[in-house]
Amino acid sequence: MRIAVCVKQVPDSWAEKKMNGQVLDRAGVDAVLNDLDEYAIEEALRIVEANSPTKEAGEGSGHTITLISMGPDRATEAIRKGLSMGADDAIHVVDAGLAGSDALATSLVLANVIKSGNFDLVFCGTESTDARMSVVPAMLAQRLNWAQLTFAGKVEVDPTAGEVKIARATEVGIENMVAKFPAVISVIEKINEPRYPSFKGIMAAKKKSIETKSIGDLGLSTDAVGAKAAWSTVKDALLRPARSAGVKVEDGGDGGTILVDFLAEKRVI
Amino acid sequence: MSSVLILVDGVNGQVAKSTGELATFAKRIGEVTAVVFDPSLIAGLTAFAIDKVVVVNGFDATKFSPAPIAETLAQLASAKQAKAVLVTSSARGKEVAGRLAVLTQSGVITDAIDVDADLITTQSVFGGSTTVHATVTHGCAVITLRSNSIEVLAGSGAPAQEEFTPTISDGAKLATVTSVEPAVKGGRPELTEATIVVSGGRGTNGDFKPVEAFADSLGAAVGASRAATDAGWYPHTHQVGQTGKTVSPQLYVACGISGAIQHRAGMQTSKLIVAINKDPEAPIFELADYGVVGDLFNVLPQATAAVAAKK
Ligand SMILES: Cc1cc2nc3c(=O)[nH]c(=O)nc-3n(C[C@H](O)[C@H](O)[C@H](O)COP(=O)(O)OP(=O)(O)OC[C@H]3O[C@@H](n4cnc5c(N)ncnc54)[C@H](O)[C@@H]3O)c2cc1C
Ligand SMILES: Nc1ncnc2c1ncn2[C@@H]1O[C@H](COP(=O)(O)O)[C@@H](O)[C@H]1O
Repeated sequence: MRIAVCVKQVPDSWAEKKMNGQVLDRAGVDAVLNDLDEYAIEEALRIVEANSPTKEAGEGSGHTITLISMGPDRATEAIRKGLSMGADDAIHVVDAGLAGSDALATSLVLANVIKSGNFDLVFCGTESTDARMSVVPAMLAQRLNWAQLTFAGKVEVDPTAGEVKIARATEVGIENMVAKFPAVISVIEKINEPRYPSFKGIMAAKKKSIETKSIGDLGLSTDAVGAKAAWSTVKDALLRPARSAGVKVEDGGDGGTILVDFLAEKRVI
Repeated sequence: MSSVLILVDGVNGQVAKSTGELATFAKRIGEVTAVVFDPSLIAGLTAFAIDKVVVVNGFDATKFSPAPIAETLAQLASAKQAKAVLVTSSARGKEVAGRLAVLTQSGVITDAIDVDADLITTQSVFGGSTTVHATVTHGCAVITLRSNSIEVLAGSGAPAQEEFTPTISDGAKLATVTSVEPAVKGGRPELTEATIVVSGGRGTNGDFKPVEAFADSLGAAVGASRAATDAGWYPHTHQVGQTGKTVSPQLYVACGISGAIQHRAGMQTSKLIVAINKDPEAPIFELADYGVVGDLFNVLPQATAAVAAKK
């Protein structure tokens, strides 16, 4: 199997995010691999391991895992993290013309990379912790005209039959779905527990290949991506006064009663 | 008058309240056409400010999840020259919106909490710390709206009804649904639509009874932190937070929840926040309007009794 995993570098979600004028201040916060994409990498690794004679991902498994990321130069840090978890190689789309791309442009770029790679399965996270749109995987399936198997809480792959089954977990419940390769799969964070890179993995990742591609390399016009091609614009972004702590009382045995008095006073009950 | 499409949501003959909210927003923009796939929901649509109902037939929408829904909306948007398509910000809603944007070559805005007559949206980002105004600049505006964002406008009379048979491509049928395990619906209100949400975390130690009892005394929905859903104490569908649901009720009560940034992402825009936690240093107190430092197993039963006494 040839598997791709779309990974994004995002500002650390544990850090408080700030605005710099009208845009997110990305320089001021640590950048990390999108938490949710780690689950996608882990799932790809587990599938390869389950279907490999050597029971290990990497050389000899007969399968490959390629990370695909669109982002600035420093996205290589996030890519290296994914490679140290065990992915084989990576494609990094980096181009000054990509700055300000919306989800439509992002999915266009990623779809073009995927088309050139002869992949059977593409894994994604369910959302990026900065954009929080949860639309890129669906857009990819639409653009590639592949099966869409998203919000997977469980994935079962049969490489011989070229078939994949998922349990799709959404607010309506669980939908069990099936499709033939190729398919775009997004995974929810309940699916597994991502591994920490081992020392061996970190050392090995240093030697793994990260191929960089520009907009031109993908055969795309610079007019199709970046801020000028974005089909939605932010008019303004206003910082709201931070939520401040209100009253805090120690329960001296009547905590429940005075809480309800407070709620009654605020007319919420 | 320009036409606005809204996608109807609901189960078992019960139209979701969020659909009424979509109609209310759409009414500001133009003529409201509700697109419905499940015929059992048609009758319920008279309750809302809807001008026309399009009943989609010719295929089973439940069999293929989002793809054919997006294709249908794309065909209708073009036939009706719709100015906007409004969809609820659910997992499926956002995916429908994403595919629809690609199909119709339109800009998409997700998780809006408001949209005005000029199609300017309001979003609340970074856990509610920042308000963003944005607008779609190309194609038909595809917008997903969070539930619980607006007071629902009542309908006046039965809307005109028409049928529509879409052409569904083979590509939209590549993934098929083999079976569905519906989320068990209790007697409590839907989490994202509830006016009050009472949530429990690791501090419940697996015993959600006091949380549920307090929720029931207030007619509230029950939520949970990821620690609680991961431990299997409460169903995943009740998780509040970054990877769970985003709720914005009038009152949010966090019980035995520390207030990690990923939990806050799902509840920080609640109008009034109350926290009950043993640890006076718990970060949840930083954003609580009212905090009780105490054991939830003492505070909640007493509060439940106090609510009963007030009735
Ligand atoms: C990718 C990712 C996504 C995530 N998504 C989410 C998400 O969507 N939602 C979410 O909630 N979390 C999410 N998390 C997890 C989050 O980081 C926290 O681990 C989680 O919210 C902690 O849950 P908790 O507050 O219940 O538990 P804890 O942090 O363990 O807090 C328990 C609290 O209960 C208090 N307590 C204990 N006993 C009592 C008692 N008897 N009475 C009163 N108080 C008591 C303690 O003082 C403590 O403050 C995510 C994490 C990651 C990495
Ligand atoms: N710039 C990007 N590069 C690679 N993958 C991405 C990028 N943006 C989004 N994705 C993928 O799409 C998923 C959903 O992102 P989003 O739609 O932005 O919430 C992420 O979890 C990633 O797997």
